[in-house]
Amino acid sequence: MTDLTHLTIADALDGLASKKFSARELTDAHLKKMSALKKLNAYITETPEKAQAQADASDKRRAAGGKVGSLDGIPLGIKDLFCTEGVQTTAGSHILEGFKPTYESTVTTNLFNAGAVMLGKLNLDEFAMGSSNKTSYYGNVINPWKRQGDSTDLVPGGSSGGSSAAVAARIAMAATGTDTGGSIRQPAALTGTVGIKPTYGRCSRWGIVAFASSLDQAGPIARSVEDCAIMLGAMAGHDPKDSTSVEMAVPDFRKGLTGNIKGLRVGIPKEYRVDGMSQEISDLWAKGAAWLKSQGAEIKEISLPHTKYALPTYYIIAPAEASSNLARYDGVRFGQRVPGNSLDEMYELTRAAGFGKEVKRRILIGTYVLSAGYYDAYYLQAQKVRALILKDFTDAFKDVDVILTPSTPSAAFGFHENEGDPVQMYLQDVFTVTVNLAGLPGISVPAGLDAKGLPLGLQMIGRAFDEETLLRSAQVLEKCANFTALPAGV
Amino acid sequence: MTDTMINEKNLIEGRTGKWEVVLGLEVHAQVTSHSKLFSGAATDFGAEPNTQVSLVDAGFPGMLPVINQICVEQAVKTGLGLKAQINLTSVFDRKNYFYADLPNGYQISQFLQPIVGKGTIVLDLAEGEHREVGITRLHLEQDAGKSLHDQHPSKTYVDLNRAGVALMEIVSEPDMRSSEEAAAYLKKLRSILRYLGTCDGNMDEGSMRCDVNVSVRKVGDPLGTRCEIKNVNSIRYVAAAIEHEARRQIEVIEEGGSIRQETRLWDPGKGMTRAMRSKEQAHDYRYFPDPDLLPLKLDAAWVESLKANLPELPDAKRARFVKDLGLSDYDAGVLVAEKESADFYEAAAKGRDAKLVANWLTSELFGKLNAAGKSITESPVSAEGLGELVGLISDNTISGRIAKDVFTEMFETGKPAGQIVEEKGLKQVLDTGAIDVEIDKIMAANADKVAEYRGGKDKLFGFFVGQVMRAMGGKANPAMLNERLKSKLAG
Repeated sequence: MTDLTHLTIADALDGLASKKFSARELTDAHLKKMSALKKLNAYITETPEKAQAQADASDKRRAAGGKVGSLDGIPLGIKDLFCTEGVQTTAGSHILEGFKPTYESTVTTNLFNAGAVMLGKLNLDEFAMGSSNKTSYYGNVINPWKRQGDSTDLVPGGSSGGSSAAVAARIAMAATGTDTGGSIRQPAALTGTVGIKPTYGRCSRWGIVAFASSLDQAGPIARSVEDCAIMLGAMAGHDPKDSTSVEMAVPDFRKGLTGNIKGLRVGIPKEYRVDGMSQEISDLWAKGAAWLKSQGAEIKEISLPHTKYALPTYYIIAPAEASSNLARYDGVRFGQRVPGNSLDEMYELTRAAGFGKEVKRRILIGTYVLSAGYYDAYYLQAQKVRALILKDFTDAFKDVDVILTPSTPSAAFGFHENEGDPVQMYLQDVFTVTVNLAGLPGISVPAGLDAKGLPLGLQMIGRAFDEETLLRSAQVLEKCANFTALPAGV
Repeated sequence: MTDTMINEKNLIEGRTGKWEVVLGLEVHAQVTSHSKLFSGAATDFGAEPNTQVSLVDAGFPGMLPVINQICVEQAVKTGLGLKAQINLTSVFDRKNYFYADLPNGYQISQFLQPIVGKGTIVLDLAEGEHREVGITRLHLEQDAGKSLHDQHPSKTYVDLNRAGVALMEIVSEPDMRSSEEAAAYLKKLRSILRYLGTCDGNMDEGSMRCDVNVSVRKVGDPLGTRCEIKNVNSIRYVAAAIEHEARRQIEVIEEGGSIRQETRLWDPGKGMTRAMRSKEQAHDYRYFPDPDLLPLKLDAAWVESLKANLPELPDAKRARFVKDLGLSDYDAGVLVAEKESADFYEAAAKGRDAKLVANWLTSELFGKLNAAGKSITESPVSAEGLGELVGLISDNTISGRIAKDVFTEMFETGKPAGQIVEEKGLKQVLDTGAIDVEIDKIMAANADKVAEYRGGKDKLFGFFVGQVMRAMGGKANPAMLNERLKSKLAG
């Protein structure tokens, strides 16, 4: 029998439907591999009993011949930012260690209603703040990819680094992620996987530990565009419990994958040709445009003039919202508490012990930019720039249907590279943050390997709530790139 | 309101001259609703601690607020009742500060764009005087929970039942100039809220709370530095706190000092205010728009329909009572001050002599209720019962004098007027023949007095009335008795 962990979701669903293997077998294959690959540290909490019970239930549904869900029997990893009923939910932070929610997030509820199986909770940067997974209290996640002839451990990207590493290492068929500034697309690019951040409002944020509420959006990481389409279809939908979730029908994304992009207008934003961009990235970008052109698309250069302000704008808005969102972790009602002689002292001791360095840094930045006397200069100004960035895209989408850019400025890096200067790390998100600021859908597709044999991704950006066109275009790009490389040892 | 309108009687005499006190009020009125502003948890008063708390109220990870439409409707109705501008777009902001009874570490409030803008309220002052006071704004916000410091020697307990309950913060312009005006403002505001059914106005249950901004100045001077007095939770205390705080400020200034802008706390036990925190110690609340909530957009047609269906408010009702029912402005004002009294009056006056009903209600019933320590809703005499009694007077079944006795019995036993009149045979005698018989008897028995009367001693007329009335058990119709007696005495 072939290694079931290498199947795509689409193939696994066929196999399950034709009874080639059971959901239990599929799940057990993954659980076995999880044990073998513990060194990757992709999971914070493994839930094998729950997984087996869900898989058995799925097998029963199939045996009964009744209706099955769109992900029935498919084993998934869940980013540990999604609250899961009765299962520890940490957000990668010490302050939530041991916290077991009494409720299930809307997205995981949707997935379970579609028949999905949960293998466990995936590691991430603390409160989703980071681009390398190094800020997790629960340790680094190791990227299954290595540079050729070099055994240095590399980062899996972040913040959804557990998700990307698990999907690349075949210890989850797909995973949920969240993306506030690139946290799905950047790790997908660094691990040779596909990751889509849908339009803001497409997936409910209810039950997801908040980082920056106006930017956070859930989405999947999987091994093909088609699998992302299946996953997103199950995750998305209006939720009355989230006021920012949009009341709009979810299209059948999988059905929309026609492979036809004749006449599609693809924009190449000139501002994304940043200083110091490597030749490899530049070449890959050009190759991507050529592939799409070969399939009947029209390539147009476009301008997104406010791009250079996106990163500073993001690093005002996201920390501002985070500083407020994280105020609830005060030791009073849940999570860690360090006792003190007064209420203020308890707050100080609890938060000093509970939060890591990067989280503290962002709380400080956020508190500063919202303070009296600085609000107008920072936060208000950032909101104005944000509106201009959105306008850039709105104008551009008058002339094009999708936009093509690199996903990241580089391939995966070592744990001690990009260290010291936090701004160097923030630059990882230079191509992805604009999309969050504008609330648009963006997808990263593996498009090739760099000189050292590490995967590189190309990003496509679509119109708001037009994930169908985006996924269709991305799948054509995926076919052209024909990315078949595997990380060593997987 | 113009600052040039100085009322001499409001000025406070200091050592250095006369001072004017300038007052603005911030009222927190709890919205009458079954569930909280952003969650489905219940809002009943007096429930066991932490039994009305949802995960949203307790600030659990991943929880999101969803606006309660009923609370929005109540705020808009209140705005309309205050003749205020309704803002079709308003924004919820986060007011950030740490406290144990504030689970999220921020309160959702409205800062720059409140749901209701400028409005007005008319104060009803002594001697039928009316005065208009400006409303600056009304905004919606969440209440915090309650910290209980007296349950444990070293720990504080937290009750989150109140956390997330909807409040309307109603801010007045600094238009008031005396504690009487401030009290009148609170009474009128409470009356409007109760008419609208948007807040029950119970200050002792904390569903209406008040902060007072007080400053003093010499007449004609620019506004002085203000102090905000918190925790004044009855109308009586508001008046007392203002009196005390104004005198304190005058003394400080007259001693050569100056007023620090600060928050002060009213201590009802000591009858004085004390400093709580200064402007320098004030929190930096780091307001910013709540990204979990979209701007609140109201449909203009919906607002119009609320406006069209607004109940009649005290000012309009008073005007109608004066114009249509012929009541005095004073009586009308007394009747409309509380919605329950106005409702009682209207039910009692239906089909009856409206002025007579008003007299009976304001003098007799209110008097007895006061003496018994009861409110109008606890009255043993129903509105219909009072109406029936007035009806019996109007159709001459009983005299006004007898009616007072009947009323006393009604109040004591709750029996209807008709039944009491029937049982006790109190019906007025309208038969002139019967009255004549009694007059003849009295005149015969007092021939000497008849002679004196006829000799010019008019004053004796009252003696004869009394004698006949007594003989008839008070039931003779007074007008008829007068008329018959006059004619017979005339000879």
